Amino acid sequence: MSTVDSGAGVQAAADLVAGLPPAPAAWCTGLRKQYRKHLAVEDVSLQVGRGEIVGLLGPNGAGKTTVIKMLLGLVRPDAGEAMLLGQRSADPAARARVGYLPELFRYQPWLTAAEVLALHARLSGAGVPAAEQRDCLALVGLSGRGDDRVGGFSKGMQQRLGLAVALVGRPEFVVLDEPTSALDPLGRADVRDIVLELRSRGVAVLLNSHLIGEVERVCDRVVVLDRGRVAASGTLAELLGQREVRLHLTDLSPAAQQRLAALGRVDREGEWSTVALSADDDGTAVPDLVRDLVSLGARVHAVEPVRISLEERLLGILRDGAASRAAGPS
Amino acid sequence: MSTARTVLTIAALTLREASRRRVLFALAALTVVLLGLSSWGFSRLAAESLTSGEARLTASILLNLVMFGYSLVAALGTAFLAGPTLSGETESGIALSMLARPIRRSAFLLGKWLGLVAFGSGFVVLAGLAQILVVRLTVDYWPPAPATALALLAAQTVVLLTLTVLLATVISPMASGVVAVGLFCTTWVAGVVGAIGEALGNDAVGRVGSVSRVLLPTDGLWRGAMNAFQDPSAIVQFGGADEGAGAFPFLSTAPLTLTYLGWAVLWVAMVWALAAMSFVRRDL
Ligand SMILES: Nc1ncnc2c1ncn2[C@@H]1O[C@H](COP(=O)(O)OP(=O)(O)OP(=O)(O)O)[C@@H](O)[C@H]1O
Ligand SMILES: [Mg+2]
Repeated sequence: MSTVDSGAGVQAAADLVAGLPPAPAAWCTGLRKQYRKHLAVEDVSLQVGRGEIVGLLGPNGAGKTTVIKMLLGLVRPDAGEAMLLGQRSADPAARARVGYLPELFRYQPWLTAAEVLALHARLSGAGVPAAEQRDCLALVGLSGRGDDRVGGFSKGMQQRLGLAVALVGRPEFVVLDEPTSALDPLGRADVRDIVLELRSRGVAVLLNSHLIGEVERVCDRVVVLDRGRVAASGTLAELLGQREVRLHLTDLSPAAQQRLAALGRVDREGEWSTVALSADDDGTAVPDLVRDLVSLGARVHAVEPVRISLEERLLGILRDGAASRAAGPS
Repeated sequence: MSTARTVLTIAALTLREASRRRVLFALAALTVVLLGLSSWGFSRLAAESLTSGEARLTASILLNLVMFGYSLVAALGTAFLAGPTLSGETESGIALSMLARPIRRSAFLLGKWLGLVAFGSGFVVLAGLAQILVVRLTVDYWPPAPATALALLAAQTVVLLTLTVLLATVISPMASGVVAVGLFCTTWVAGVVGAIGEALGNDAVGRVGSVSRVLLPTDGLWRGAMNAFQDPSAIVQFGGADEGAGAFPFLSTAPLTLTYLGWAVLWVAMVWALAAMSFVRRDL
């Protein structure tokens, strides 16, 4: 092959690659980690798309932090593969556009907040000007404290600084491991705003938090870990998709009862019936049901939508997991 | 970020840490005390009526003794700086956010090591130079090879520092400092014991010194430094190498061989590589 040909080939390949959609912000498959005898993480696969906000949920010791550290190349997985922004995460260069707020956040106590930010800006290689670093401090509510030593900071202030550190290198992917564990209610609202602002700029976020309401409000997708395995994952609509409606009915004829049962699973408690709606319901099921029930002679006193919160869903997933374990190994 | 830039950034950070922690004040205070005490001692010596040979011998011994003090201070200072800065940072979580940056762990470790080397050897060279000047002013003694002596003193600090760095990647901050200083003192004692064995013609005991000097090159480098500090006639004055001068802990009978220097360099490279291997594989 002549050099001209190979040059054209390389160019064609480059065009092809440039035309591909960007690699996911984070991707891992079959991750496994064992600490001595304890299996902390087993066969975890997950993906965070570009600009997507993914919540990582699970009880204490589920392996969330371990998965995050394996994604970032801080802990070596025993098996499995992890990629960050299209590069293997064992390669340090993969972390060039990644920001990280660790669960255990500590910064050099003998440096000032501004010096810590400058250090991280420098290490990230992003060439962030000083004014942008100051903006970053202001964003997390530390604007007046840049010249104070970190050693004198309160815990919440250190966590705010950690957030600024995670954001300072112009990241395309931000990993926040319990970012609000030390924050006051105002700080939590700030974090929520920051995460939503990141999404609006197309920055992907992996958010691990025990505050489910927070996750429910900002996340596009949720991954639930339990005992080192993925217990459930999906968009909020998928996870909470199983909606229900409660009806107060009297004079319920057998024909009307059949009509109810045709829709889905029915739980009856006196005059109240709870009917599960299918996930692909386009909004016509409930009005149609009411019309049919009335025409079948039933008297409809009340129709109430039942909302499942993410918290109830999470508890359900974890209890189901515990129950199936109690039922014996399959 | 290029590896060289990372190394320099981390080295500069380590130096800044040393300058902001109390270690620097402790070192400065100890140095001033040692300088003050020794200048008082040397000036009293100058007041005695000694022959010029006796004066040079005493000056040599005293200089070596005080220099040993500095090397001990440097050993303590760097050992108790290396522990916190390496394993302390991994324990407390400071390293977590640093190593999540696009930098190689080996570059991070090299930066830390370089910073500590600059700090430790900078200290011994400056303090040693000040001491040599004090001796010059008080008793008018100038060592035969001051530059070599100071360089060897710095090399000794580097050896101990590298050992502490290795220990700090596997054990806790305080323990690594304690073990490193303990080993440093043990080798020194083994060196003295070995020298006594040689002077008494007991080969088995004599071998204790040579073996420990190979295992941890601090004592060997220290003996080379002493040899460069002391007056060449001092050994003869003391009664000759075979007559007990070799057994005296603050005189050295022979200069350093190039082979031994090569071994020390190799030793540092090997121990550093071990430290890097342990640090790169470590789960944070
Ligand atoms: N360095 C370690 N050495 C030994 N075991 C570890 C280590 N790190 C984590 N583990 C174990 O791995 C399991 C998962 O820990 P991990 O920190 O990932 O949990 P988590 O989901 O983040 O919990 P939490 O919500 O409490 O932060 C736990 O059982 C823990 O004991
Ligand atoms: Mg955790």
